[in-house]
Amino acid sequence: MGSEMSTTSILDIQNLSVDIPTDSSTLHAVRGISLELNRGETLGIVGESGSGKSMTALALMNLLPPAAKRSAGCISFEGSDLTHATEQELASKIRGQRIGMIFQEPMTSLNPVYSIGRQLKETMTLHRKVSESEAEKRAIYLLEKVGLPDPASRLKQYPHELSGGQRQRVMIAMALMNEPELLIADEPTTALDVTIQAQILHLLRELQQEFGMSMILITHDLGVVSRAADHIAVMYAGDIVETGRTAEVLEDPRHPYTQGLLECVPGYRGTSQQRLGAIPGIVPAMTGTISGCAFASRCPRAADICKTDTPPTKALQQGRYFVCHEPNIQTPENTANTAREAANQTPEDSALKKGEPILTVDGVSCTFMVRRGLFGKRKPLQAMDNVSLTLNKGEVLALVGESGCGKSTLTRTIMGLQKPDSGSVTLNGRRIENLPPMERARMIQPIFQDPYSSLNPRKTIGEIITKPLAVHRIGSRQEQHAQARRIMELVGLPTRVFNSYPDQLSGGQRQRAAIGRALIMNPEVVICDEPTSALDVSVQAQILNLLLDLRDEMDLTYLFVTHNLSVVQHMADRVAVMYLGEIVECGDRDQVMTDPKHPYTHALMDSALSISPGETVPDPGLAGDFPNPMNRPSGCPFHPRCPLADQQCREQAPGPELIDNTLVQCWKAKTSGSQLKS
Amino acid sequence: MFTYILRRGLMAILVALTVSFGTFALFHYATDPAQTIAGEDAPQEMVDDIREQYGFDRPAAVQYFDWLGSTLQGDFGESYFWKQPVVQLIKDHAPVTITLALASLSVTILIALPLGISAALKPNSWVDRFALSTAVSAQAIPNFWLGLMLIILFAVTFPIFPVSGDATWRHFVLPSLVLGASSVPAVMRLTRTGLLDVLSSDYIRTARAKGFMGYRLILQQAMRNALLPIVSVLAVQLGNKLGGSVVTESVFSMNGLGRLAVESIFNSDIPTVQSLILIFVLTFVLLTLAADLINAWLDPRIRMG
Repeated sequence: MGSEMSTTSILDIQNLSVDIPTDSSTLHAVRGISLELNRGETLGIVGESGSGKSMTALALMNLLPPAAKRSAGCISFEGSDLTHATEQELASKIRGQRIGMIFQEPMTSLNPVYSIGRQLKETMTLHRKVSESEAEKRAIYLLEKVGLPDPASRLKQYPHELSGGQRQRVMIAMALMNEPELLIADEPTTALDVTIQAQILHLLRELQQEFGMSMILITHDLGVVSRAADHIAVMYAGDIVETGRTAEVLEDPRHPYTQGLLECVPGYRGTSQQRLGAIPGIVPAMTGTISGCAFASRCPRAADICKTDTPPTKALQQGRYFVCHEPNIQTPENTANTAREAANQTPEDSALKKGEPILTVDGVSCTFMVRRGLFGKRKPLQAMDNVSLTLNKGEVLALVGESGCGKSTLTRTIMGLQKPDSGSVTLNGRRIENLPPMERARMIQPIFQDPYSSLNPRKTIGEIITKPLAVHRIGSRQEQHAQARRIMELVGLPTRVFNSYPDQLSGGQRQRAAIGRALIMNPEVVICDEPTSALDVSVQAQILNLLLDLRDEMDLTYLFVTHNLSVVQHMADRVAVMYLGEIVECGDRDQVMTDPKHPYTHALMDSALSISPGETVPDPGLAGDFPNPMNRPSGCPFHPRCPLADQQCREQAPGPELIDNTLVQCWKAKTSGSQLKS
Repeated sequence: MFTYILRRGLMAILVALTVSFGTFALFHYATDPAQTIAGEDAPQEMVDDIREQYGFDRPAAVQYFDWLGSTLQGDFGESYFWKQPVVQLIKDHAPVTITLALASLSVTILIALPLGISAALKPNSWVDRFALSTAVSAQAIPNFWLGLMLIILFAVTFPIFPVSGDATWRHFVLPSLVLGASSVPAVMRLTRTGLLDVLSSDYIRTARAKGFMGYRLILQQAMRNALLPIVSVLAVQLGNKLGGSVVTESVFSMNGLGRLAVESIFNSDIPTVQSLILIFVLTFVLLTLAADLINAWLDPRIRMG
């Protein structure tokens, strides 16, 4: 190491621990980790929830919650040791000045009662003797840099007047006010839509190069880290289990946890609709001491030694090591093969089974009248405009779009919960509004996004799952319970949780319970509304595998609403892309994903960050944010953001057109492919 | 902001009208005013005479609008008992109550806010424990007892302040302490929990990451957010105090609106009681309106709503 390293290293952390005392014991959130960051580089810290990655970031600047206790051998930042710095020194010399920080929740991370301008300026005036006007000049300059149009007038706005993406841009500008040497970004894009995520990551990269900043990027998304980080540290249960250059770690993962995580990511191996590798079990309790390897209980290769002895740190080269006993070494290719074999056991041709249309949405439009304030005019909000869609028996149709595009209104309409202004929904040849509610509920069932709030906390899992049978008065109490136990077995819930309450279950188990409740009536169509977006990757993989298995076993048809394109790639037979209440493109998955016709689909696919180290985050080439549905642009609703828009697009709305078996609504669809690629 | 003020103003007027109608109806239907004035044992002719004389035989709507019209012009009628205009009575008694209310509100603010803030800054410390136990005791001690204790201590044993009356500012010191102390628990607790809530929010973490700490973090970042609920509760507390604090005024023999209200109730002085109730309620309506406007000024989300 020595002198050569110290000239390039900006941050050197040795033996950092964070302990949080609880009522009964102590939670070890971070367990003696060591990290190093080189000047001008990006270090990605990857891990699932509870792995200690955010705690690590907060510990650097001593911003931990009051109860948490930090201990560290050394946190050397530019040669000075932050472990001995007082609160006063940290606040006046380091925080916001030399180290900037961006947080995950743009919606709550800005002070709601002060204007954007004040919050930007005070970051600078707090630390430096600059005049208001100088600070304002810098604020305007940075707002322009982060891509907020009309920055001077933005200064007077308040956080609630901005969208999530805009607020995150303000956060970034705020962190850059004093030209920090180090930027810590804690899940900076997790709460944002894909195109906005790509914009923000692209922007961070540009700014980093321009200002010569070093960066710590904390994320759970391996796709993000593969493109944005130079080095990766993989955290599990408060420890770094593997670290090294991004390409080396992702292409040749050595720790079984890293390998397992990668296998969990849909589309990592470039194959679809086969079983994902899943990591069984859940993260162990972080209290007390762990004997042996923390991952042993979930590791497919664990031997006896893993459960008793602390695993050794094995260095492969400078800055590249992993922590593992390596029992019975197995290369990742082998595990991939077993996953593939498992996949082959499921009938591969099920996707090809072209059934009859089971659900038809025909020309559905829906407009809400929204009134702002007591004396405000009622304004129309067109949530859906002439939407048509067909769902065939046995297929998975993915519905993709950003927040506010009308996905929820569409699914509500399909379930008969929202009456459309015009158009019709037909289920099994019968108009949905003519179906008795009970029969409709039997045939169509939803699975919601958040398993934490979609299950009644005061009912047991058994009661929740049997409820539909009770409502429909099917069978005796004993028969209902027996049926519930059968379903629980089917969705992989241990029957001992029958009398448990939702808060006693893990997130994955809760989602299994929600799936069980949806399936107990033997529905024809299941509406999956972002069923895995609240879950960790390893759990997401388990749930996606389960949903595909159940489709084959119970002959189900899925409408799969998601914003995660790698999930689409993994699950869907066909894809429908929605923008501002219209289906702009709909066709076979491979057709839509590899050869998109609509410029919006094109931008979406560009924003999808699959794991590919060595590639950077692409610029999605979209101008601006998702528009307010209250102010629909004239002509083609996409034209203000479209790189190909011309006079015709601005004036006339395009109609649906069939090109190569794909339904597209775009004037430029025939030529867009070649134009956008160039 | 303008539409917000307009909207809230109209709502306040609507509430005031509803209340005025309620007050009117209560007295004209729950009791027979003519009988009350004449007395329980008065002969029927006398009651009828009074009914005609006072106009109680006219249709209810006419009586209501007549009463509302004169009230709006500042004519609250004539007191049956004191035989003078109610307006004059209120003018005589209001200054004592208003002075006492404002002084005691200052006492509340001066004790509750610093205590609540220091408790929130160091939760579960000795400051916090002290603040919470102060709150519990202040809540448990009855007003009249605290008043008597203060009189014994500061007027009898150490004769620093006068025992009773309302002639000089010195007369107001002890009653203000008593009345002010009664509001301390509610305001203190709200300050503490409100500030604790704000201090654990994401935007305060952002502010700390920007380099804010100490009093700047509290005053320049957190306080404005924490003030919103405090403003609302202070308005209600001030309303209670302006509504006449019967016990405190009695203990210290002060001639305020509380005493006036009690005496007019005992003497069935309907015009006075009716006017006082209307004034108390309107005070509440106005204070709530004021609190809402202050909060709108503090929080852009409310004023742009």
